[in-house]
Amino acid sequence: MESLRHHQSKGVGEWILENSVTLIFIAFTLFGFMVSTGVSVGFFLSELSCRVFRNTFLVLSLIIPVLAGLGLNFGIVIGAMSGQVAITLARYLEMGGIPGLLFSFAVAGLIAAFCGYLTGILYNKTRGQEMIASLIVGYFANGIYQFLFLFAVGVIIPVAANHPLIKPDGVGIRMTVDLIPYKQGGMKDALDSIYQIKFVHALLIIAVALIVAALVRYYLNKKRGHGYRNSLPALLVNIGLCLALAGVSIHAMVSNSPLNMVRKVPVVTALIIIGLCVFTVLIMKTKLGQDFRSVGQSQHTAEVSGINVDRTRIIATMISTVLASWGQIIYLQNMGTLNTYNAHTQIGMFSVAALLVGGASTSKASVKHAVFGTILFNAMFIMSPEIGQSLFGQAILGEYFRTFMVYGVIGLALGLHVWNSNKKSRIALE
Amino acid sequence: MSESLLQFKNVSKSYFGNKVLSDVTFDVKKGEIHALIGENGAGKSTLMNILFGMSVITNTGGYEGDVLLDGEKLAFKSPHEAMDAGIGMVHQEFMLIPGFTIAENIKINRELTTPNIVSRVLGKRLETLDMGRMNADARKALDQLDMGIEEFTLVAGLPVGHMQFVEIAREIDKTGIKVLVFDEPTAVLTESEAKNLLAAIRRLAALGIGIVFISHRLDEIVEVSDRVTILRDGEHVATKKTSDTDAVEIASLMIGRKMTIDRVGGSKRKISNEIFMSVRDLHVAMPGEMVRGIDLEIKKGEIVGIGGLAGQGKLGIANGIMGTYPTKGDVVFNGDKMKLDDPRSAIEAGIGFVSEDRKGVGLLLDESIELNIAFTAMQVGDKFLKKTGPFTLQDDASIRRHAIKMIKELDIRCESALQHTGSLSGGNQQKVCVARALTQDPVLLFVSEPTRGIDIGAKKLILDLLMKLNEELGMTIVMTSSELAELRSICDRILIICEGKVAGVLPPDASDADFGLMMAGAKTAKADSVAEGGVANVRA
Amino acid sequence: MSELNGNDAKLGNKSKGLLGSIGLPTLIIAVFWVLTLVAGHFVGISMSILFSDTLKRAGMNGILVLAMVPAIQSGTGPNFALPIGIVCGLFGTVCSIEFGLTGIVWLLGSIAIALPIAVAAGYGYGRLMNSVKGSEMTIATYTGFSVVALMCLAWLMIPFKSPKMGWFIGQGLRETIQLDAVEAAQILNNFLMFKIGGVVVPTGLLLTFLFFSLLVWLFFRSKRGIAISAGGANPKFAQAAGLDIDGNRVYANVLSTVLGAIGIIIYSQSYGYAQLYSAPLMMAFPAVAAVLIGGATASRAKVSHVIVGVVLFQGLLTTALPVANELFAGTDLSEIMRMIVQNGIILYALTQVKRGVQ
Repeated sequence: MESLRHHQSKGVGEWILENSVTLIFIAFTLFGFMVSTGVSVGFFLSELSCRVFRNTFLVLSLIIPVLAGLGLNFGIVIGAMSGQVAITLARYLEMGGIPGLLFSFAVAGLIAAFCGYLTGILYNKTRGQEMIASLIVGYFANGIYQFLFLFAVGVIIPVAANHPLIKPDGVGIRMTVDLIPYKQGGMKDALDSIYQIKFVHALLIIAVALIVAALVRYYLNKKRGHGYRNSLPALLVNIGLCLALAGVSIHAMVSNSPLNMVRKVPVVTALIIIGLCVFTVLIMKTKLGQDFRSVGQSQHTAEVSGINVDRTRIIATMISTVLASWGQIIYLQNMGTLNTYNAHTQIGMFSVAALLVGGASTSKASVKHAVFGTILFNAMFIMSPEIGQSLFGQAILGEYFRTFMVYGVIGLALGLHVWNSNKKSRIALE
Repeated sequence: MSESLLQFKNVSKSYFGNKVLSDVTFDVKKGEIHALIGENGAGKSTLMNILFGMSVITNTGGYEGDVLLDGEKLAFKSPHEAMDAGIGMVHQEFMLIPGFTIAENIKINRELTTPNIVSRVLGKRLETLDMGRMNADARKALDQLDMGIEEFTLVAGLPVGHMQFVEIAREIDKTGIKVLVFDEPTAVLTESEAKNLLAAIRRLAALGIGIVFISHRLDEIVEVSDRVTILRDGEHVATKKTSDTDAVEIASLMIGRKMTIDRVGGSKRKISNEIFMSVRDLHVAMPGEMVRGIDLEIKKGEIVGIGGLAGQGKLGIANGIMGTYPTKGDVVFNGDKMKLDDPRSAIEAGIGFVSEDRKGVGLLLDESIELNIAFTAMQVGDKFLKKTGPFTLQDDASIRRHAIKMIKELDIRCESALQHTGSLSGGNQQKVCVARALTQDPVLLFVSEPTRGIDIGAKKLILDLLMKLNEELGMTIVMTSSELAELRSICDRILIICEGKVAGVLPPDASDADFGLMMAGAKTAKADSVAEGGVANVRA
Repeated sequence: MSELNGNDAKLGNKSKGLLGSIGLPTLIIAVFWVLTLVAGHFVGISMSILFSDTLKRAGMNGILVLAMVPAIQSGTGPNFALPIGIVCGLFGTVCSIEFGLTGIVWLLGSIAIALPIAVAAGYGYGRLMNSVKGSEMTIATYTGFSVVALMCLAWLMIPFKSPKMGWFIGQGLRETIQLDAVEAAQILNNFLMFKIGGVVVPTGLLLTFLFFSLLVWLFFRSKRGIAISAGGANPKFAQAAGLDIDGNRVYANVLSTVLGAIGIIIYSQSYGYAQLYSAPLMMAFPAVAAVLIGGATASRAKVSHVIVGVVLFQGLLTTALPVANELFAGTDLSEIMRMIVQNGIILYALTQVKRGVQ
């Protein structure tokens, strides 16, 4: 009760501390731009666009567990592994194109739902330590995955030893598997290549769409009587930024700038990502979403009010794992190569780091954080060899530095969050 | 006022042979504000647990007797069944989510939804929230309580009084609410907030809801209730119309002299006039037992008692002086100003402490009796250690010797000095705690709740032990207890703490009414004069 | 709520069958190991080699596992940030080589250089752990990772010139440094080594491990050690008894970091190589698993747990490798088994943690 009494006055200092992670990343990316010698804007945007469309879905899958009080779900690694199992199966059956994609999504979804259920039970048993449990369960699942792929395939499950997927001695799957390009009936770029448009066109469409969306929301809030949710200054800032963006793209189209050469944008992938954004927002507006929020903020109050806390947490974990499995399929079809034993191991950490960089914390996450974070994180990622070159004289140092930043970001965000919540629960003298 | 809404008929309850309620019968009428008062352990919480079908009742053999609602027998197996039947409770600890709006809190797990495409396929849980209707319902409930605040305000940051109103709004928003139980509602409120609450309760009663008002504040009970039921030691003492009685009568009925422990010793005692410890304006932030400014003087050689109802702050005093909770104030001990918030310096100054939280603060449950006994003396007094080369290690032999001595002196029933304290009975655990405090050779001993949960025979032993320590060793003792009988049996004078402040000081032979009034914080003229008289005696 | 009479007496009568006193994880791993040994015997692998390797691996990992005890006893949980201590130890190793030390002097030099660094690092880390009570394990893990990543930068930029350590082209240290170049490979192992019927006993190594085990055991019977254990077992009790819980936790973490530093030096000499860069990244987890297998929990650990655990865990892993190779040629089944066993044990221990909920 005493803890509810505290006043919430935020000074500038507190704002900086809370958003320190985002600010550090912005600073480093800008620094990278300033010192870069060989990176052209066109190259940068191509890389960025490619990475963002590859990774955003995975980062979005982290949101629901945060809202449900499970913290950062490093266990999306398990979802990623489910996706890989599905793609491997599709590759083995030599499926491709859209049927291959649908098959993969279905199989991955089933496996991920099952694994997510088990993981959810684990989180309920390790209440209070969910994050370290999710980290360790990822390693544990990796062991089982390797058992399946290195051993069971060939020894327990009979396979044709001369299949390009299988190692030459007939036991286990190869270290890297090339996905056949979709034009030849494979999975590579199967999703991306369905429809593509030029980057500058996409930029314009997005800018206009955002302006329209902001205006519509403003109007609806006014009409429904939620006028209190509107903020005129914020609306104007948003519209201003979008107009600037639109201006840039129109200018680029008209003046034949190098921006026209930027890699094309995969529309269907983009639509799927937007779909997940919409899904996340909508599900939080349902009873289930409200239950997630209740459980996430206070398990005790939720329990007393009659919500089945355990079951709600399991559902949140299952959704996250399934989404991660689909996200991994999107990732793999873009990469074109299945790095069988390594593709999924870093995914958990990079996605979590991206979400945190976007301004999320272990108890608060939104679609904005995910999208912004993915863009910023990958921007810094691209610039890090440059930073390494100019700061230290060796590009590889840039990569080591990048790894340090990733670990450091997560550690810092975790630490800040715990420190803050420990601070708030101290009782004042009366 | 019509027929009975809620009836308790011959309700009894025992926990493993320990009878906590015997044959309690009373009823609550529709639209009535019925107060329920009693000391700690009188049975109020147990009665409410039975009403709500709490697992602590259903898992321990249920209860005897009948509880009826609107003439129908009840047998709730869970709080949710009780809520569905129309019984609501406003707890002392708020069940609110700070990050939600008032409307969201009012509607938690009862949100209003509209079906959509997905929910028709995948189930009700995916229906969209209808914030509009939820806000409207919340508005209605808030208006009934005459609360002007906007229903979409976040709960975080609201003043405590408002939060309580949100709790109430949540209960009355539930359709078909018939009975509303308030458990010490004004304990956390300011005076004006309390006034608002009482007004709101009257409004609710006027709607026909039966109100059960559990409180220790006699003024409020006299002001707002229609009838009052007094419980004492699990028994129903009386149910009276409030207009037919007054604070003094209620207070003396509440205390009653049921069980006395004869006063012990007294002949060899030496109480000097020297002031051993003086405490000025002590404030302690102990959750649930806040101390809000007390003054206290302890004379060398005396046995001082500190009593009062649960949650009023008596337990906070010893904890504050010993430094286990954040403390502010001036304490002078033996001529030196004491450093606060520092248990180590208190122990070094020669103060021993037996905490009320036997298992949480008093013992290392997975360690041996001998280590527990020797612990504080070892860590603070550097005893029971021996130097072997560069190391200072524990001296097993001297620890064992001392433990055996203590086990004999205090008659601690155990298998050996190596037995883990976690497997001892409550009484023996308490003796280990006392042994540990005594091992420090203190000159002043704070003992809190020394005989809680211990049977009569062992109780007497511990009280005799304390008296012996005082007579033979001249140890000054400050005993904090919720059992008035044991305070009366060995203390020279008894301070009563109410609302975190000293309500007064009484001699052990003062009347039940005096004690009751003081504990209930009644502000009648009679109580004032008694308090003044008591304090004047001490200051002389 | 008042205590109920007669309730507490029942605690003493809790049935302590074989399972209760030995513990499920210990039993499972022990059974597993025995089965692997039996399988090995049938497949024709030399038992004496298996036992020799077990002794060697147990000895070389022992002190790293010992580092878990102070951390767990102080209430900070298993030291997932062991890499911090490891990195200090590696730094001492590298400096020692740069100063041209060889043999036993190199060993002692490494420890001497690493010690003050480990104390300083442990102090900082201990203060950090005090400010994140309740989530120590997660933050420890990431702190450890961050420090290893930071040191990767350091290894590359360090201006050491010894040809035994540097890359042939360019600046910085190699990933793996051979210790027989400084006559330090297996020096402890070979000290007073003897054979019993084919089993090689690396006496020096085992003596070192037992020596440090004894030191830790003695420490926890000292005044400070008892205070640390009490603070971890029941913080409220410790506070009321006037103990400086936070200070004790820092002390314990310093100890843990120092043991980590010494542990990696002993480990490296036995292995014959010092591994820099990302090798220390995951080294906390096997140590945590080992102490848990020995019967410890996330809040209580004894030296006996360390010895039992490291023998069982390393024994299982050492035995599994050749057996698996014989039975299923071509797959690194033992590595997979390690991942499953090690992480499974840690997960089990996490489910037994009774911490507060938010």
